[in-house]
Amino acid sequence: MEGEEEKKWMKSYLLPEFIIERNEDRCIKCKVCERQCAFETHRYDEELDRMFSNEESCVGCQRCAVFCPTNALTVKPNQSAYRPNYSWTGERISDLTKQAETGAVLLTGSGNDRPYPIYWEHLLLNASQVTNPSIDPLREPMELRTFLGRKPDMLEAELMDDGEVRISTEMPPNVMVKTPILFSALSYGAISYQAFKSLAMAASEYGTLFNTGEGGLPKDLRKEYGKNAIVQCASGRFGVDLEYLNCSAAVEIKIGQGAKPGIGGHLPGEKVSCLIAETRMIPAGTDALSPAPQHDIYSIEDLSALIYALKEATNYEKPVSVKIAAVHNSAAIASGMVRAGADIIALDGLRGGTGAAPKMIRDNVGIPIELAISSVDERLREEGIRNRCSILAAGGMRCSADVVKAIALGADAVYIGTAALIAMGCTLCQKCYTGKCNWGICTQDPYLAKRINPDIASRRLTNLLRAWSMEIKEMLGGMGINAIESLRGNRDHLRGVGLQEWELEVLGVKGAGE
Amino acid sequence: MRRKMYEKEISACSIFGAMNIEGERFTGEGVIKAIANMHLRGNGLGGGFAIYGLYPEYEYYYALHIMFRGNEGAKKETDALLNRSFDVVHDEEMPSGERANVPDPPLVWRYFVAPDKKGKDKLLSDDDYVVQKVMDINLRIENAHVFSSGKNMGVFKGVGYPEDVAEYFQLDSYRGHIWTAHGRFPTNTQGWWGGAHPFCILDWTVAHNGEISSYGTNRRYLEMFGYHCTLNTDSEVIAYAVDLLMRRQNLPMDVVAKIFAPPVWEAIEREEESKKILLAMLRRVYAPLLINGPFAVIIAHHGEMIGLTDRIRLRPLTAGVRGKMTYLSSEEAAIRLVSKKLDRAWTPNGGEPIVVSLDGGGRGEKVDEVIPFA
Repeated sequence: MEGEEEKKWMKSYLLPEFIIERNEDRCIKCKVCERQCAFETHRYDEELDRMFSNEESCVGCQRCAVFCPTNALTVKPNQSAYRPNYSWTGERISDLTKQAETGAVLLTGSGNDRPYPIYWEHLLLNASQVTNPSIDPLREPMELRTFLGRKPDMLEAELMDDGEVRISTEMPPNVMVKTPILFSALSYGAISYQAFKSLAMAASEYGTLFNTGEGGLPKDLRKEYGKNAIVQCASGRFGVDLEYLNCSAAVEIKIGQGAKPGIGGHLPGEKVSCLIAETRMIPAGTDALSPAPQHDIYSIEDLSALIYALKEATNYEKPVSVKIAAVHNSAAIASGMVRAGADIIALDGLRGGTGAAPKMIRDNVGIPIELAISSVDERLREEGIRNRCSILAAGGMRCSADVVKAIALGADAVYIGTAALIAMGCTLCQKCYTGKCNWGICTQDPYLAKRINPDIASRRLTNLLRAWSMEIKEMLGGMGINAIESLRGNRDHLRGVGLQEWELEVLGVKGAGE
Repeated sequence: MRRKMYEKEISACSIFGAMNIEGERFTGEGVIKAIANMHLRGNGLGGGFAIYGLYPEYEYYYALHIMFRGNEGAKKETDALLNRSFDVVHDEEMPSGERANVPDPPLVWRYFVAPDKKGKDKLLSDDDYVVQKVMDINLRIENAHVFSSGKNMGVFKGVGYPEDVAEYFQLDSYRGHIWTAHGRFPTNTQGWWGGAHPFCILDWTVAHNGEISSYGTNRRYLEMFGYHCTLNTDSEVIAYAVDLLMRRQNLPMDVVAKIFAPPVWEAIEREEESKKILLAMLRRVYAPLLINGPFAVIIAHHGEMIGLTDRIRLRPLTAGVRGKMTYLSSEEAAIRLVSKKLDRAWTPNGGEPIVVSLDGGGRGEKVDEVIPFA
């Protein structure tokens, strides 16, 4: 890594980000904290029989605090601060300092944490009162079943003499999910085998889908979990073969990612273990580079060629999704994608997560997913092609209400990535790119990775899906709706608060009280 | 204001329908009595009637009932549009009784027209052409609203109790082989004449009781097919959905019922294979036309009257048969008032349509082609 050399002889001027308080009365010197921290923050001094902490290396992931058997540890943000300055905030100063000491691009992990407007917080849901009974999901059917993929404009039906109805329209392939929540693309390589398998198990258990990301699907998982996988075909083409494509529920072409629109990826060679090498179909120990663009897609007609190549390869039996980062012209791009043959449009918003991205890109490129869903849905309707694709929204869904709002704005279903990671233990320390994830998620270190037990982690994930699904049902019932399809694009059930006229216009919602 | 604002009125209501299955025309006396009997289900802010077999003397022409508010402007503009787009064979002010108890009646005019298609429009069928013009008037001409646009049928509606609206339009003087009626209880905004039921597009009419919680989804789907909801009420979407599915896509009523009020997935899974495939396909393709929330509707067009409730039956609908007459009503009492003896009276399950059809070539048969004006 660049800058490693400098670290050896240059004094760092960075302040520690976190301060660790150890209650010496409680500490029993069990060394759990020392073992739990891959950043080597805690150290036992045998001579003094005492634990010490090296705060400069602490990332604030709270692993040590959670696992300390006597609750002796408190890890909190460093209160030390530079002189307050609205322009030169502490973060700006320390980022600049970091660059002066390393000469490198600032790297970061997980999603955009800047205070851009979160439109979910400005949208309120409706509920039935008097004129329309609300429905209790515990006592009445409440349907979340969702079909992803292209729908024909109409069905040709004929009533036969025997009373049977014959349909002559051919149905394009659709894939069914029992809840409109899918796991977003998290590649094997970026995350550990255990974390990857946990997602696969949970998706299969609950009847939804997980996305392999661009790192392929390990062979041993194909038979059991392939039917719940959306397999990605990204710019590096890692792990793409016929079996990979055909064992899946759907295929996704990854053009862009919300956390880093316009740039590619880089899995360093030290993470490319034998199994990752086999899965990605590259030599072990070599860097896995995903170019910024797909080098066979420089235009919309090239995209169409790849979509149909994948459809050919899968005998037209799988919906093909195209995933783009939500950017300024998403609406026009999405329309082109549908016309190019995409059955699913996956939109990844400004707050979408990543295992590693340049901080400047993550924090400054793209648009919020709420606005993207709305403008894409509206554009496709204006062109009369909304039913020819499903919209999958990703990037910033933090709770079930966000999901409901996304669907009311026009999404068919959502992808959750960060939320799923948090369910498995992630605390958003944003150090995914270091490969030292103490929670065993974003690492290839076998010692760390085995901290994830797929039986337990998948249970945590299915619990999350169950809880959110139940909450979605409650909200639907409150609105007097008993099937999720009646919420889709139903912006009448949304009202904006604290929004400007143009924002209401883009979102297509009335202001509260209007 | 730059934003498009959609208004939606919600209402509880009474609905009533009567049909002679041999196509014999009858007067509205009984229907008016029946709907008046459900007085308490309305609040005097809307009432209306649809009558089929109404204009046998003009049966080949589209009968447009158009309401104008405000000054002369809207009518002048509409007349200009009609003269450009149609041969208007006859037009007149709708006869009305001045003494009826209805507030602020607008000017209502009826036109009998034949399409005069020019240029590219020649590729359109007559019906599509008329739909397009109706949308044009509703969308573009402020203060003009088309109540009714079918052949040999008409819709009469307004603010007031249905019996008052009937008196205002002197409906006792008309005859038809299907009558549907609606008494309204709007719960927000002031009732307005255009918002009363039944809703009509071509010869399709819908009288609706309920509140559609899927309105936004339904409306936005229909917009893709050129339907624009302008009458500020959720019931309008049903009329357009019926036109799209039954007239344009030619789907049988039983199929349409399964689109509006589909069985729940669990029930679908219990069906035999071929039915399961059909029902699942309908739900997938027509998910945006599932009508969610409580409703009971009477849908009618030439030769057919259909009753349907939502899939969990949150609004009442009862049917009765006596000889050639079939009745649909919010309440059985209203049917019994008209026909004390019934051969059969029953309440259908949620989502199960009652389809009443003409018994072979009655006089109310649908007429497709316009005979050019001589």
